[in-house]
Amino acid sequence: MAAGFKTVEPLEYYRRFLKENCRPDGRELGEFRTTTVNIGSISTADGSALVKLGNTTVICGIKAEFAAPPTDAPDKGYVVPNVDLPPLCSSRFRSGPPGEEAQVASQFIADVIENSQVLQKEDLCISPGKLAWVLYCDLICLDYDGNILDACTFALLAALKNVQLPEVTINEETALAEVNLKKKSFLNIRTHPVATSFAVFDDTLLIVDPTGEEEHLATGTLTVVMDEEGKLCCLHKPGGSGLTGAKLQDCMSRAVTRHKEVKKLMDEVMKSMKPK
Amino acid sequence: MPRPAPSSLLSNGFPEVERWFGLLDRRVRTEYAASTQARAFGRKRQSWLHVGSGAMQTDAKIRKESGTESDPRGPGCSLRHFACEQNLLSRPDGSASFLQGDTSVLAGVYGPAEVKVSKEIFNKATLEVILRPKIGLPGVAEKSRERLIRNTCEAVVLGALHPRTSITVVLQIISDAGSLLACCLNAACMALVDAGVPMRALFCGVTCALYSDGTLVLDPTAKQEKEAQAVLTFALESVERKLLMSTTKGLYSDAELQQCLAAAQAASQHVFCFYRESLQRRYSKS
Repeated sequence: MAAGFKTVEPLEYYRRFLKENCRPDGRELGEFRTTTVNIGSISTADGSALVKLGNTTVICGIKAEFAAPPTDAPDKGYVVPNVDLPPLCSSRFRSGPPGEEAQVASQFIADVIENSQVLQKEDLCISPGKLAWVLYCDLICLDYDGNILDACTFALLAALKNVQLPEVTINEETALAEVNLKKKSFLNIRTHPVATSFAVFDDTLLIVDPTGEEEHLATGTLTVVMDEEGKLCCLHKPGGSGLTGAKLQDCMSRAVTRHKEVKKLMDEVMKSMKPK
Repeated sequence: MPRPAPSSLLSNGFPEVERWFGLLDRRVRTEYAASTQARAFGRKRQSWLHVGSGAMQTDAKIRKESGTESDPRGPGCSLRHFACEQNLLSRPDGSASFLQGDTSVLAGVYGPAEVKVSKEIFNKATLEVILRPKIGLPGVAEKSRERLIRNTCEAVVLGALHPRTSITVVLQIISDAGSLLACCLNAACMALVDAGVPMRALFCGVTCALYSDGTLVLDPTAKQEKEAQAVLTFALESVERKLLMSTTKGLYSDAELQQCLAAAQAASQHVFCFYRESLQRRYSKS
């Protein structure tokens, strides 16, 4: 009977739960789904990470290649993110060129990398004006159950921490690059941006970490990206119902707690990876 | 002096805003004469130009003064001079051109019109936004901005009154001199009003630039945006000044965000007054 009601009136069904301050899957309004992260699973990539946020699964693989640095910034490298939402993850996506959702997510990740300065592009330069690293970050969603931006940001951060770049020297006589695969070093990750997403219901209620169904029923979404000093890298609110300044303040405090949770998880995973 | 044609707004690249101030009273008089003539010949299309500044003074003489030559701002407020022209295109149901300083965006609205079966929504209108850059083909950044503008419009447009129809907003960037997204939002709002699409509130875009020493500049130019530590763009609605859309660039703290939001809400007051005046002038004539 409940399943029938849910099909016919999904919003009313949902409101019944929200009145009791909980959600159909048993979570509180401010509770995140169980987050699991697995680092270094792709051996052919220079760095990789798999993040599961409840059912939402995103895998990030990073490949490092050579390129000539840009002419207007000869001492910088490139970081090129790309989010792919294949038909595998949800029935709403078709095969073919990237849809709007994938493009928006790619732009969001590019903005987060740029704004948070998670790594200095100068670190990626090998020889100014001649050779630099370009990091191709491919984020592929394997299962879409809402809150794709949080999962992608986390996967990207974990994969970047896992990347090991070999040492490169330029031979003066031949002017060719010589790669020493035996000597590898980690990237210098300066900040840890963590994304927290909210869904707005009926213009008043804010719930954290929406699932796919909740996103569909929501009247608006909001994503806050914060780093460890409490500085905001990105406040992404693509339209939807209006919010007052006070509500924004609540979101910030939730984002701060989420950052601590994620940082703790990351540190645990990095510690378990160390002896190699 | 010949009456300036509406299309000169677009063909010049950016209008000499100072020149419009002195001509304003004359234009209102010639408009009246032209409209009576137009009625005689049965010409329906008439474009409406309204020029404003941050201070909302209707007296053209006072607005003549400005700050530095490169960045003229209205007295009493830190928004650049802005101007809006409505009903300038003949094909779309509604059109508007919005200028903020040297930034200029042209918007056209088609709707409510027929919608493809694959895109139709059974209980409300399908809103579509197309943003064309000044040069080159639209890329991923344009797609991201289209999504922001579309979601903002969806929040205010009463789509439930026109189910199974489509409302398309087409935006063309004419010139970019800072605060582009805010200008696009303002142009879209004016065009939706011109098309007669039912809305529950008006919305406006305000850009705020934060410098590392803590100073705040509203409606920054391109140069100011580059030097700033963070650039925040907000879309606010007219009824309760709630935040509809926000997109930011750069690093900033929570307190700075609240400060910018408060400044943007105060500035949006001026923009909404300008909308109201602009529409009052237009409809009081006919």
